[in-house]
Order: sequence, then C-alpha cells, then structure tokens
Amino acid sequence: MSTADASLGLRNQSIRQASLPAWSLAAVTVGAVLLSLLLFATTGFAGDADFLVVAVTVTVLAIASLSWVVEGKRRAIDRIATNAALVALVVTLIPLGFVIGYVIKKGRGVFGWSFLTHSLADTGPLQAGGGVGHAIIGTLEQVLLASAFSVPLGILVAIFITEYGGRRLATAVRFLIDVMTGIPSIVAGLFVLAFWIFVLHQGASGVAAAIALAIIELPIVVRTSEEMIRLVPAALREASYALGIPKWRTILRIVLPTAATGITTGVMLAIARVIGETAPVLLVAGNSNYFNNNPFKGEQASLPVYIFQNAQSSSTFNVQRAWGAALTLILIVVVLYVAARLLTRRNQLARR
Amino acid sequence: MTVVTALDSASLRSGHHARRGDAVFRWLATGAGALVFVVLGAIAVFLVVKAVPSLRADKVSFWTTKTWSPNQGSEAFGIAALLFGTVLTGVLALAMAVPVGIGVSIYITQYAPRRIATLLGYLTDLLAAVPSVVYGLWGLYFLLPRLTGIQLFLAKYFHWIPLFANPNNQASVFSKSVFGAALVLAVMILPIVAAISREVLRQVDPAHEEAALALGATRWEMIRIAVLPPSRPGIISAAMLGLGRALGETIAVAFVIGDLFKISPHILVPSGNTIAANIANSFGDADTLGRSALIASGLVLFVLTLVVNLVARYIILRSDTEERSAV
Repeated sequence: MSTADASLGLRNQSIRQASLPAWSLAAVTVGAVLLSLLLFATTGFAGDADFLVVAVTVTVLAIASLSWVVEGKRRAIDRIATNAALVALVVTLIPLGFVIGYVIKKGRGVFGWSFLTHSLADTGPLQAGGGVGHAIIGTLEQVLLASAFSVPLGILVAIFITEYGGRRLATAVRFLIDVMTGIPSIVAGLFVLAFWIFVLHQGASGVAAAIALAIIELPIVVRTSEEMIRLVPAALREASYALGIPKWRTILRIVLPTAATGITTGVMLAIARVIGETAPVLLVAGNSNYFNNNPFKGEQASLPVYIFQNAQSSSTFNVQRAWGAALTLILIVVVLYVAARLLTRRNQLARR
Repeated sequence: MTVVTALDSASLRSGHHARRGDAVFRWLATGAGALVFVVLGAIAVFLVVKAVPSLRADKVSFWTTKTWSPNQGSEAFGIAALLFGTVLTGVLALAMAVPVGIGVSIYITQYAPRRIATLLGYLTDLLAAVPSVVYGLWGLYFLLPRLTGIQLFLAKYFHWIPLFANPNNQASVFSKSVFGAALVLAVMILPIVAAISREVLRQVDPAHEEAALALGATRWEMIRIAVLPPSRPGIISAAMLGLGRALGETIAVAFVIGDLFKISPHILVPSGNTIAANIANSFGDADTLGRSALIASGLVLFVLTLVVNLVARYIILRSDTEERSAV
C-alpha cells in the first residue's frame, strides 16, 4: 500500500500533472445533493432510496467529468473505478444493516424472558403471548446431536486426509468433501426422508433432523480441521516421533491439542451455519406447539421451522411471534460468531 | 549403560503397544474416509430408489410438463417450469451479485487500509451468517413492498426488454415475483462470492502490482492489468459456487416467489417457482406419492448443483495445475 502511494506521489512531483484539490470531492458532493434535491422537487421522482441512488450517481458522474477535464481521461476512469468499488461496498453493507435492524425492530415487541421460556401449548393463533421455548430446546438438541455425529467423524476424516490417506486417496476424499459442500440442504433433507422415514420406517423426530444437519455440517468441519491440522508445525511432530512416541499418540496428544482452538472455531462457525437451516428440518422433524425434550421420539419444533410456519400465517400474533423467533435465532448466531472470533484471536497457529 | 537398557526396554514395550494402537487408529481414520464415499453414494441411491414410484405413476412427460399435481388420483406432474424458474432465478441473482461481489473484494483488498479491511471482511462474512429463513422473512415483509416502485419504473421505461415486460398492464399487483426472489438470492450469495474472490485477489503477487504502478499505471489500470487477469479463474469459480448455492436455496425463495407453474420470461409480474421452493411449499399437502415426486424433483436439483459445482472445481483445479506447470 505504502509503495503504491509513494510511487504515485513521485510521479506527481516529477511530471507536475494538474490534479483536483482534495476538497473538490466534498464540494462536488454538496453540489450533487443540491442538484438532486432540485430534481426531486421539480420532477416526478420521489422516495428516500431513489434520492440516494440519484445523488450518488450524480456525484460520481460529476467528479468523473470534472476530473476528465482537469486531469485527463486516465485519471477520470481511475476515479470512476474507485467510486464504483466504494459503492459496491456500501451496497453490500446496506442489506446487512437493514436485515438486522428490521429484525430487531419487529422482534423486540414480543421478545423477553416469558417469550423464551413458554411454548405455544396454551396459546392459540389469535392470542398474544406464548413463546419459543419449545423451539429453542428443539433447535439446540438437533444441532448438538448433529455436531455429536459430524464433529468426531469430521476430525477423523481430516486426520485421514492429512496423516493416513495416500496422495490419491486423500485427494479423492477431499474432492468428495467438496462435492458434499455443494449439496443443497433440501437435498440432504430429502435423503433423510427417503432413507430414515421411508425405508427404515422411523417417524419424524429431532434425530432425523440431526442426521440431515450432520450431512451439511460434516464437510465444513472436515475443511476447517484439515486446514488447522496442516498448520501444526512439522517440528512438533518430528520431536514427538524422535522421543519414540507412536504416530497415533502423536496425533492425539500433540497434533490435535495444538490445532484444538482452530478446530473449535471451525466447529462453532459450522454450528452457526446449520442452526438456521430450515429446509431439511421442515421435511423430517415436523413441527409441534408443545415442549418435546426427547429428540428421539415424536415431532419436534425448531426455531427456523417455527419462523417459517408462523410467518405466513394470517394471524398478526403469529407473525409477531415469527419475528421474535427470528430475533432469538439471530442472537444465537451472533453469540456463536463473536465467540468464534474471540477464539480465533487466541489461536496461536492462525497468528503465525 | 543402565540408562540405555532402560530406554531400550521401554521403547520395546511401547513398540508392540504402538503398532496395535497405530493399526486401530489407521482403521478408524480410513473408515471415516470411506464413510464419506458411502454417504454420498447412499444419497444418490436412495433419492433414485424413492423417486421411481412417482415417475412410474406419472401420466405425463416428466421433462416437458409444467404442472405439479402428483398426489394419488391425479398423478400429473413435470419438472419443466420448476427447472426453468430455478435456472432463471439463479442466473439473475448471479448477474446482480457477481459485479458487486467483485467490487467489494477489490475495495477491501486494494483500497481499504489494513485494519479497516479486516473489519469490512468480518462484516461481509456476517452477511453470510444470517439464516436463510430470516432473509425470507425480511424479503417478504420488508423488501417486497419496497420493490414496487422499482418494478413500476422498470416496467414503464424498459418494457421493451422481455424480462421487464408487463403483458397485462398490471398496475399494483407486483407482489411475489421472480425479480424479488432473485434479489433476495443475490443478497444471500453476495458474501460467498465476495469472500472467495477476496481470497483470490489476495493471492496476487505484490511484485506485479508494484511493477504496474512503477510503469506509471493509475490504481485502476494496475488492477486491470496486474490483479484481475491472474484472478479470473478464481473469480469464475467463486461465481459458480455462488450459483450452486443460489440454485439450491430453499426457504428464502419459498417466502418470496409466487408459486406459479409457468414458463415466462417476465420477471416483474407474478411468475415462476423453483424446485427447492416447491419442495418446501408443497410438502405439507403431499401424500406418499407426492413426496416421492418431490424426491424426484430433488434428484434433478441434486444433479444440477452437482454439475455446477464440478465445473467450478474443475476451473480451480485447471488453474492450479497451470500455475504449477508455469513455475
């Protein structure tokens, strides 16, 4: 970055090319906003979002044409490109703000301790009150079960790829893991429906959802564990071998503990990813208005399905509860994310 | 002397133990690797096996029929409209998300100061953390009502493009549409495209960038000649992975698409449906045969996303080997 600035500065000094003063952008922006205001006052344009779009476009075009006249074509195109990249950034961050802001705004009304601890057992669609307690229990049980399936298995697959699989087998397994990453979650749900419910004749239950979620979670766990295991310095491994410690104990006692922080981060991100999965859960876990603490028997509610079912209801109370559930879900995901980021900071492998 | 013998006996004792432990551990890891084969194979096999009953019962052509009424008694369904809608929404979402995604990653890697770049990276990643059901909810209640103005604008001035045509001159009933679905999908795949292309742009050799600047290139010219060309395969595969994600996205689309079994290029007026959204929306009313038909449509989706992902992986693989042979 600094070399880039230095070289540009050097060029400016030696050639003394005409350039726009630093305050010109501010001046042009003010002018463009005024012009847009005039445009909106006199013509049929209306709306806040439209105004923003028009004002930004006018600003970018104005600064570009000014630069074209003063600084020449190449600098003008450079300015357009810079502004376009900045606009792309803003366009990306706007939905983030709107999504989170709107969920907080709509969900805050019903959110609270009672909402988190009650089910819909005593609350009809046309009544206020009730809550998502049963859905939180369901979601947590399903996700924990899914992780209980996929995390040990995923770490073992990662160990196979990095330590045991020969070159060709490891490449083949890694390729299949990539293929698994691309499987749509609804297809994982359909597989569990076909296999678990149609062929094995099991009923809809939390564990069926957990199997589907595990299929989605597995490739994420494998990829992050593999990356972390590869980061473990070879010197540590060799020191262990030199002490006569067998390979399997080296992996269990040296490699995995060193990579543990990174793997934990990966697992938390994987959980954050599957905890909001709706499609597979909708197909194989069913839904329920009551507390069902046993994931192995009977239909079980979950936060995503709760949102999906209640959001399209004609009762405004149900829609409000859906927003409350969305807020709950987002809070859980944010907690997982922040925890994962904090762990990353303590990760000495990633810092290297 | 005594030390040596003590060491020897210790290592001998653990040697026998170690070999058995190593063998067990090796088998465990190999078993886990093999299980990946088994799971993928099982997914394909069980989808095919459970799709067959409905395909046998189907009274019309599966590939060319647009309607979807697979339940016992009617048994007439086809994938044509769903497949068309899936590809259309996916491609439209991609067309919107890719330019923005590349722009963001260019800004973060080339323009933003390092500290801010890290923060911006977190923020764009956070966009990927929002669950799809929340995007659906937001799309339905926040985005769709606010799109009417843009839809009317496009229909008024650009109706000569078939995509934006408004054949029956509907004035106010722009509600659920392919346009809305594609926009929500675009927001959802944007962080994926941005994250992967950010990594790709970061791989560019700084020496090339500095060389371009030293020759007097402006920042943009440097990006155009030194950064983008070597990143092209990576960016293309990022787009393909985003497309794969968009094709399979279920719940967000189920919220905002109109559930219409038509093949129509007019995306502003209520039209279209996708395979995944149809599975979520009609699962509740489906009997055993209907569920089998949904599994059949899921099989088509599985193959479609598989092809898209394989193409993406192939592009990455080819550019990797090219790089290696160049070095």
